[in-house]
Amino acid sequence: MKDISAALQQQVMDASQDAMPLDIVGGSSKSFLGNASHEMQIDVSAHRGIVEYDPRELVLTARGGTMLRDIETTLAEAGQMLAFEPPHFGEAATLGGTIACGLSGPRRPYSGSARDFVLGCKLLNGRGEILSFGGQVMKNVAGYDVSRLMAGAYGTLGILLEISLKVLPRPPASITVARECSPNDAIASMSALLRKPLPVDGACYHGDHCYIRLSGGAQAVKEARTKIPGDVLPEAEKFWHALREHQLPFFHHRSTLYRIMVKPATPPLHIEGAWMLDWGGAQRWLYSDEDTAAIRHRVELAGGHVTVFRRGDRNEEIFQTLPASLLNIHQRLKAGFDPKNIFNRGRLYANL
Amino acid sequence: MPHHHTHDNARTIELIRALRSLLPRESVLTDAEDLRPFECDGLSVYRQLPMVVVLPENIEQVQSIMRLCHAKQIPVVARGAGTGLSGGALPLADGVLLSLAKFKSILHIDADNAMATVQPGVRNLAISEAAAAYGLYYAPDPSSQIACTIGGNVAENSGGVHCLKYGLTVHNILMLKVVTMEGELLTIGSETLDSPGYDLLALMTGSEGMLGIIVEVTVKLLARPERAQVVLAAFDDVVKAGEAVGAIISAGIIPAGLEMMDKLAIRAAEDFVHAGYPRDAEAILLCELDGTNAEVSEYIMAMRRILTVSGATEVRTAVDEAERQLFWKGRKSAFPAVGRISPDYYCMDGTIPRRQLPHVLRRISEMSAEYKLPVANVFHAGDGNLHPLILFDANKEGELHRTEEFGRRILLLCVEVGGTITGEHGVGMEKIDQMCVQFRSAELSQFHAIKAAFDPSGMLNPGKAVPTLHRCAEFGAMHVHNGQLSHPELERF
Repeated sequence: MKDISAALQQQVMDASQDAMPLDIVGGSSKSFLGNASHEMQIDVSAHRGIVEYDPRELVLTARGGTMLRDIETTLAEAGQMLAFEPPHFGEAATLGGTIACGLSGPRRPYSGSARDFVLGCKLLNGRGEILSFGGQVMKNVAGYDVSRLMAGAYGTLGILLEISLKVLPRPPASITVARECSPNDAIASMSALLRKPLPVDGACYHGDHCYIRLSGGAQAVKEARTKIPGDVLPEAEKFWHALREHQLPFFHHRSTLYRIMVKPATPPLHIEGAWMLDWGGAQRWLYSDEDTAAIRHRVELAGGHVTVFRRGDRNEEIFQTLPASLLNIHQRLKAGFDPKNIFNRGRLYANL
Repeated sequence: MPHHHTHDNARTIELIRALRSLLPRESVLTDAEDLRPFECDGLSVYRQLPMVVVLPENIEQVQSIMRLCHAKQIPVVARGAGTGLSGGALPLADGVLLSLAKFKSILHIDADNAMATVQPGVRNLAISEAAAAYGLYYAPDPSSQIACTIGGNVAENSGGVHCLKYGLTVHNILMLKVVTMEGELLTIGSETLDSPGYDLLALMTGSEGMLGIIVEVTVKLLARPERAQVVLAAFDDVVKAGEAVGAIISAGIIPAGLEMMDKLAIRAAEDFVHAGYPRDAEAILLCELDGTNAEVSEYIMAMRRILTVSGATEVRTAVDEAERQLFWKGRKSAFPAVGRISPDYYCMDGTIPRRQLPHVLRRISEMSAEYKLPVANVFHAGDGNLHPLILFDANKEGELHRTEEFGRRILLLCVEVGGTITGEHGVGMEKIDQMCVQFRSAELSQFHAIKAAFDPSGMLNPGKAVPTLHRCAEFGAMHVHNGQLSHPELERF
């Protein structure tokens, strides 16, 4: 437990004076994400500790450098959890990095994303000002929603000193049902489940099998299971954990890993490579040696977008580029939070 | 035909002529009698006739209106159904009021991907009605859902009685088409679950018409639950009712709806719609569970037990769907019911951490005695959103003034206990000064920078939602540090 915000503030003010770029570093578990960068670092990992947590309020507030696993342990002791099931991608993952990268796990389509659970934040902006937005309450419409803007901004708008999150009770029971089928069949089944009032909180297609996870009360899960064809998967928790952390054998490929976002019912995209489908078909992972531009083009035609998630050319744009009108707004927002452009310069887009 | 203008000058006449060249004659309103219906939103204590009302019917028309107003530096206020409760759609005497009433089409329901694309003037409830054929619905359900439109819901980030489980508008939309002050059409968000770049969708939701004109909305649809069941629990003490809410949540139950009403609200609602509420209770809780049959059966037993242990004097499960609807009708009619027992009422919208409920209710009751104004409390108990309704008579000398002062003190109290001045109704015109209490200058400046990123000329809905630093200085530069008002000795008005 330590509050080093004053030291961080001083470091930012110094950097701001000299317009010296800083890379924000927590546990370095997600340094592979985003465009390559080689600037000076500002280490926020010592700024850690749970500031407030009352299980009855369903709200947890912690400093940005708090280890994600410490937060999850504390929540589990009270029978609660982070419902967006964040990937850690490393032992040292911090809360700040998790929110800044806006990453969510298999529950995302059914419970919501990292940004959906953000209620408030304390932010250190590029002027060295410490600002508070949102709060520790479920509903708050005073002012623009700056807290949720921070989710997925990759630290380019400021340092997340403190974050308040909505947390949820951990479901008492969970069953995963697996069934061998074609990708088309899996996509159709997962799409059909969106229209059924069943307690689904995970759906993926991996290695010729469609996996459906049901979670909730013991009776509810037992009854829902009868409506899903297939066999109960033993040690299901390990499977979903390995999927979330990219530790399934599928993720041992050595080609470029692409994250492909499409509407969930989109039929299989015919791009050469190895595929797996998560988020009920809405998030697809592809290992491919095809040309990145060609992949982007193909996915755009299907109404989706592509991130070069691992490997590939990290000096090219990693994220799907924006139309000029939106890029202008991004640049003006960036200048509004970080006028000297010191934070994570170029990490999200080369000209941001 | 002679026209009456509030600002009958050459500039106005020129603007109206230019608007008429862009739109059919009947889509440009300038007569005082035609402008009258637009003079206020749901908060009718604020009234102002706009210079002109325009009713475009397609995106190109909205773009050309915006280009014209931008070129001439004329402020623009957008309006949906006008059901807002904070004066966010209050017109400007020297501005254009842009009504989206003609954008009424449901463009596409994509059942395979559980989403719907609609125009902003589509009513909230109409989306669920159209989606019902596919077993789907749109979850956020503000009390005004029969009348309020989705564009306004996005602008205000509207909630409803089911937010605790299903979230607010921001959690239930995927994509927006927005026209900027310069007339540029932006697509914000996408049909996929996330989008490249900053989360502008979050920024746009709840931005109260300050950043752009919403001209199309793609919403997420959910599977209609197999069953919903409501339990009514009566208490002889509001504090016990508040504690029961904490106990339910501690037990790992997330009700679809968890509402609380106090005695005055219970009686008003009961006399109005005969919902079967116990008239002698100090507080009631309405706890709704939804999901599969098995899920609801499983949790309803647990919830009944918790309510009994928490000291409920009566725990009643609605016997059938008709009774469930009746229980909710009482709650959803609470505002008009209070309207029947008092010539006027003023609705507040603070949100507080739930554990502060007993303290806040006690303080409200003390202030009620101090101001000699009764208060009925209606409360989204699950998410800490309070709606104290202050009863008053605007025709009585000084009552409106006393009511407003009382209301402001309730909001200060909410900020003091770690909450917010508005949970779901928005800042608009009404709570603009209270923003100076909730935020410090540096935070307000950050908001202004966001505004400028979208609307550099500041012509969209000026004067609402975020106060200027100058205004705050005049207001008294009050702000709260660590729950302490900076000048506790000062009179707060």
